[in-house]
Amino acid sequence: MARNPTDDVSQVVLLLDVNPFFWGAEAASGGRSNGSGGLAFDQYFQHALMFVNGILLLNHTNRIVIIATGSSTCAFLYDSTATDGINGSSVTSKANKKTQVSRTELITKSMQEFVSKEEEASKESSQIQYSNISGSLSMALCYIQRVLRGPLPHPQARILCLQGSPDAPYQYISVMNSIFSAQRNGVVIDACVVGSQHSAFLQQATHITGGIYMKPPQPDGLFEYLMMVFTTDLFSRQFLQLPRPVGVDFRASCFCHKKTIDMGFVCSVCLSIFCKHHQTCSTCGATFSRSNSTTVTGMKRKAPGS
Amino acid sequence: MMDMDEREVPLQLDFEDDGVEEDEPMADRGAFERQYADERSWEELQEDESGMLRVDVAQQQRQHRKRMSAMAGPRIQRGIIRYLFVLLDFSRAAAEMDLRPSRMGIVVDCVEAFVREFFDQNPLSHLGVILLKDGIAHQLTDLSGSPETHIRALRSNMESTGDASIQNGLDLARGYLTQIPSYGHREVLLVYSALSTIDPGDVMETVQECKKANIRCSVVGLSAEIYICKLLCEQTGGMYSVATNEGHLKELIMEHAPPPAAQAEMSVASLVRMGFPQRGAEDAVALCACHREVKMGGGYTCPRCKARVCELPTQCHICGLTLVSSPHLARSYHHLFPVSPFEEVENLASANGRQSLSKSCYGCLQELPTPGGKVKGVRLECPRCRQHFCFDCDNYIHESLHNCPGCESNSVILSQLSQ
Ligand SMILES: [Zn+2]
Ligand SMILES: [Zn+2]
Ligand SMILES: [Zn+2]
Ligand SMILES: [Zn+2]
Ligand SMILES: [Zn+2]
Repeated sequence: MARNPTDDVSQVVLLLDVNPFFWGAEAASGGRSNGSGGLAFDQYFQHALMFVNGILLLNHTNRIVIIATGSSTCAFLYDSTATDGINGSSVTSKANKKTQVSRTELITKSMQEFVSKEEEASKESSQIQYSNISGSLSMALCYIQRVLRGPLPHPQARILCLQGSPDAPYQYISVMNSIFSAQRNGVVIDACVVGSQHSAFLQQATHITGGIYMKPPQPDGLFEYLMMVFTTDLFSRQFLQLPRPVGVDFRASCFCHKKTIDMGFVCSVCLSIFCKHHQTCSTCGATFSRSNSTTVTGMKRKAPGS
Repeated sequence: MMDMDEREVPLQLDFEDDGVEEDEPMADRGAFERQYADERSWEELQEDESGMLRVDVAQQQRQHRKRMSAMAGPRIQRGIIRYLFVLLDFSRAAAEMDLRPSRMGIVVDCVEAFVREFFDQNPLSHLGVILLKDGIAHQLTDLSGSPETHIRALRSNMESTGDASIQNGLDLARGYLTQIPSYGHREVLLVYSALSTIDPGDVMETVQECKKANIRCSVVGLSAEIYICKLLCEQTGGMYSVATNEGHLKELIMEHAPPPAAQAEMSVASLVRMGFPQRGAEDAVALCACHREVKMGGGYTCPRCKARVCELPTQCHICGLTLVSSPHLARSYHHLFPVSPFEEVENLASANGRQSLSKSCYGCLQELPTPGGKVKGVRLECPRCRQHFCFDCDNYIHESLHNCPGCESNSVILSQLSQ
């Protein structure tokens, strides 16, 4: 493989899960309810900050952007190339000296603002909330497009999702849209899951875009996993023994109830998925005849070994 | 092709549009007239203080948006489950070297690209390959949904001998296609090099049989127009074309990858029961049902009977459930739920008075034009979430991403959508 000068220059977009419902439940139960193994939010945030510094130290041309994924909104927290903070999220423009201290302060400050906004919003609704991963993925991809529009040479772009909250079935289509757009543009999606359940969305995202999926067995050692696995640039990955996927959950969400299903009915006209038999397709309006709703039969099976 | 369009928009984008007729009033004007009328390129030029001519960025962007919105339309894909047999003429005529290295070599290259494109555009469809040589039809691969199987088989069977028989080929394909479920579209694509067909019986009868069985037959010729091929296509509603050179051949073959619009009317809609199997761990060892051997790594598990299969899409070899990979289906969902077009925030100054305008694009942080600011161009607003975006993000969001970042990160809008 020909090596070009930007092979190991990375543009990392870090998606931090800042869902108050997830971290709140975690704090209330002392880290046992969501299986994050005693990883508290401030610890998680500290580890993420050290990771950000690590990325920027590895190569002086590396770039990083942080986006917070909340349960009510998403926002850019930090952009290492911006000279005057992030618009709107009111980072004061005097804090643009890129020293170690001011970077950490800068990120912490915008994180505090984001968390208090989330807190406000979370008081209004008390149902179980998911985090808006489809929103932060879309923002990350828009940002990367801007980098790819920018001057050559382009850095290698990748997205790292630090996810705790479970998948929201109603985001299925938009998450899949993001994954396909990432794939078409050669953007790699990595995932590090700190919650108790595997994330089917992120398993599919990493599988399709060729990224790394990992659910650390001991989430309180998050920093070690981040440094050993997720700082590696795309060029170096071909020489390393990185965690191998434990499988991919390819289940889909039905269009009628937003339920996750592994078997269902597919409309032959528009490919909508339903969990049970319907008379008409709610998406495209096609009317189905009952007799056809069986599996494809009558075809010759493939001969073994062919 | 009734409407050869000179605009630089790729024609293949139009395949799933229902509203081809909408272009009709334009058809009677010359292509150059349309182009100028659409673009109004003179309006892009502006004179600056020193009398120099400059291109107005905002105006240019507006025109681009207008062109794009003209192309958009209702995009529900119809009749997407196709069952297609590709009939390849590997007779003596395919060995001719008027195309380099040989006709056969070029045809195999084109068909390989076609097979991949076919499964990309028709996720649930099936394809099989039949070779015509030595006067008979050899079935190279069964109807199946795995592109790799066909390509591998094709690459390892590149020999051309004897004569080609259209009748034998059609009869073999028809035998399989009449068994497929009623919601499927039956199609044959014949890539024909020879100038004659050596048949055991009356080929006209076979043409009528194909017509009766609703099999759409299309032919791409390599040498010259042949009457029987033309008749076959006319009778069955297919397309007949003859390639003039290598590039043209590829174009003609690829034209058959998007689903044919006319056939959509004929199909019966139905609900197909399908399974979405899980992919196994990379280091797991399991007995696979399709090859009956022990396999390492990968593989998929049927959700109904837990049997293991090696490739998707396929049919479970134990319980017969159709197994597909759900991302394969999801590729076309953006057609069903498109992002509503963004609106331009006109008159920035008065908009700034009503609410303070965001300084940068919600998606990419790029600076947005402000009244009196240095940044030129348009400022766009999503009608649902009211976030503002730059011109480039608007393009990317509607062309490739198909999600509005503002709507997706707003839990209020998301919860409305989920109901
Ligand atoms: Zn349902
Ligand atoms: Zn439908
Ligand atoms: Zn099965
Ligand atoms: Zn933008
Ligand atoms: Zn929006």
